[in-house]
Amino acid sequence: MSILVNKDTKVIVQGITGKQATFHTKQMLAYGTKIVGGVTPGKAGQMVEGVPVFNTVKDAVAATGATASVIYVPARFAADSIMEGVDAGLDVVVCITEHIPVLDMVRVRRYMEGKKTRLIGPNCPGLMTTGECKLGIIPPNVQSRGHVGLISRSGTLTYEAAFQLKNAGIGITTSVGIGGDPVKGTDFIDALKLFKEDDDTKALLIIGEIGGTAEEDAARWIAENMPNKPVTAFIAGRQAPPGKRMGHAGAIISGGKGTAQDKIKSLNAVGIEVADTVAHIGETVVNTLKKAGIYDICHTC
Amino acid sequence: MNIHEYQSKAILKSYGVAVPNGKPAFTVEEAVKAAEELGSFSDNGVVVVKAQIHAGGRGKAGGVKLAKSIDEVKAYATELLGKVLVTHQTGPEGKKVNRLLIEEGSNIKKEYYLSFVIDRQSARVVMMGSSEGGMEIEKVAAEMPDKIVKEYIDPLIGLAPFQATRMAYALSIPAPAVRKAANLMSCLYNAFIGKDCSLAEINPLVVTADDDVIALDAKLNFDDSALFRHPDIEALRDESEEDPKELRAAKAGLNYVNLGGNVACMVNGAGLAMATVDILKHYGGEPANFLDVGGDSSPEKIAEAFQIMLDGGQSKGIFVNIFGGINRCDAIANGIIEAAKIISEDGKSIPVPVVVRLEGTNVELGRQILKDSPIKNVIMAESMEGGAKEIVRLVNEMKI
Repeated sequence: MSILVNKDTKVIVQGITGKQATFHTKQMLAYGTKIVGGVTPGKAGQMVEGVPVFNTVKDAVAATGATASVIYVPARFAADSIMEGVDAGLDVVVCITEHIPVLDMVRVRRYMEGKKTRLIGPNCPGLMTTGECKLGIIPPNVQSRGHVGLISRSGTLTYEAAFQLKNAGIGITTSVGIGGDPVKGTDFIDALKLFKEDDDTKALLIIGEIGGTAEEDAARWIAENMPNKPVTAFIAGRQAPPGKRMGHAGAIISGGKGTAQDKIKSLNAVGIEVADTVAHIGETVVNTLKKAGIYDICHTC
Repeated sequence: MNIHEYQSKAILKSYGVAVPNGKPAFTVEEAVKAAEELGSFSDNGVVVVKAQIHAGGRGKAGGVKLAKSIDEVKAYATELLGKVLVTHQTGPEGKKVNRLLIEEGSNIKKEYYLSFVIDRQSARVVMMGSSEGGMEIEKVAAEMPDKIVKEYIDPLIGLAPFQATRMAYALSIPAPAVRKAANLMSCLYNAFIGKDCSLAEINPLVVTADDDVIALDAKLNFDDSALFRHPDIEALRDESEEDPKELRAAKAGLNYVNLGGNVACMVNGAGLAMATVDILKHYGGEPANFLDVGGDSSPEKIAEAFQIMLDGGQSKGIFVNIFGGINRCDAIANGIIEAAKIISEDGKSIPVPVVVRLEGTNVELGRQILKDSPIKNVIMAESMEGGAKEIVRLVNEMKI
């Protein structure tokens, strides 16, 4: 089991003829992802890595029965690509693109109201269900199969954490990179709701960073709704000065809100242990699993 | 991206927001000329001489002066131009004043607060207002949160007139000024959307003795990701307001923030870069910077990153922390060696110790490449924790 995507999910790649998209299409196929088509306007009829290209998402969905897409389209066109995927009725749209104007995302979120699509990202590494499929750019070898669900605002920290877990013998069901933008499709609580319903996921690791209050909101939600699945956390940006954007568009302390200290305090207040440094994420998860008495079940690799 | 108050006011004026008459001045002569043109003194008015720096709290720091005569304008302009203003937002080093705004005085009856920002949770633009004008909104939020009124805006509709009117009434704006206030809100919203702002703040918004509604101060911040469609905004960038190292890094396509310490780091990925700064501090180091070099950087880019970190002797040691995913460790290792060739005359000397932690794809190959290289001063770390401790130890020992 897993969330959002599995080995049977049929996936199309929006912007497939671009250099990065072509590279990652090959990687995703090699991982076992069912990439059934790609979309680049004006390039219908071409093949990329053995995958047929269509002019529109609608055409691609009609021809292939795809239910998910992954977007590698340049920032100024990416919001439109998301809406095209939503309009085509896809269940899951993953947008890797960074630097989409925030107001474009405000309009996208409004457009998505009342529609069924779940958007992951933008500005994210995507999703990976261990051993089954990946949509995005997560390196294939960082995570092993297991029972921990991983949700993260940062790409490299996703890999770092998955790798530390793997070294500690702890496997992952699905990792979800929700992205570093201030306005995005899926936040911690949305992903937690999905993991809550997944029986195979026994525990969660959430990786947050400065900016906004999504971690504080998640802490409250976990305390009220998910008592049976232990959660461990890490927060990046303890030393970030206020008002400075730390790489990600959403990683900024503004108006006194969004400090790492506030997030850690909120998480600790509901009994969630927060790793003291990035080097201790793996062992902090192990501690949490042992305390909860599920270390043996989760020790899968 | 940030701009100056006088630039913000010019933009707002073009959207129909009422602002005081005023002109920027770069010299004392320009300041005097601007004040004469305003003609405020002829009817017993005052002229405001305002220091233009990218930081709030100017009033308390002595950066805003009320002049009652041309001689006073001259005296204040002379005093402020070239002065280093230290406000609670500038840090202890302060900011040098290079520009002034010369503005007519306003007859203030009451001050308010008004702003537009993006609300992450609702994914909407939100208008915030408060009757506590002049006070920092953070302080109002902390001390009297019920004094902040919010209106969430549907992007398909825009700011609805009823929302603007409702805000005006909620702030208890005097009856004769309500329509003017609502109109100003609508103009400000149009500016926010039209220029892809991330913040549009008027503090204070004032109602004058004549019941006019004007933006006495104005602050616009812009979404960096949208600057490609606003070349007019990009042109307003004042490079003297930015940290020279940050400016240089931005031009090289590097995500860099100067943190002032002496233990530098070069990392791939923003999250890991933040976490690396944290771990350096955790083990007793003073982080020099945040630097996300990206995973697929060219040797030239890595060399530029090294030069920025080393510039001015700021960094006494560098921690390279790389998790190779799709981008392989061997490519990064080769990049470091090539960078060393670029930055040193003999191709193998880096002036400070460099501790390198590599993990992930092709890690063994990457480590071997660095071990075999002729570069002195490069130390391989077996783990991230070990590497962080090592660089902090090396830098701290140097002090003694």
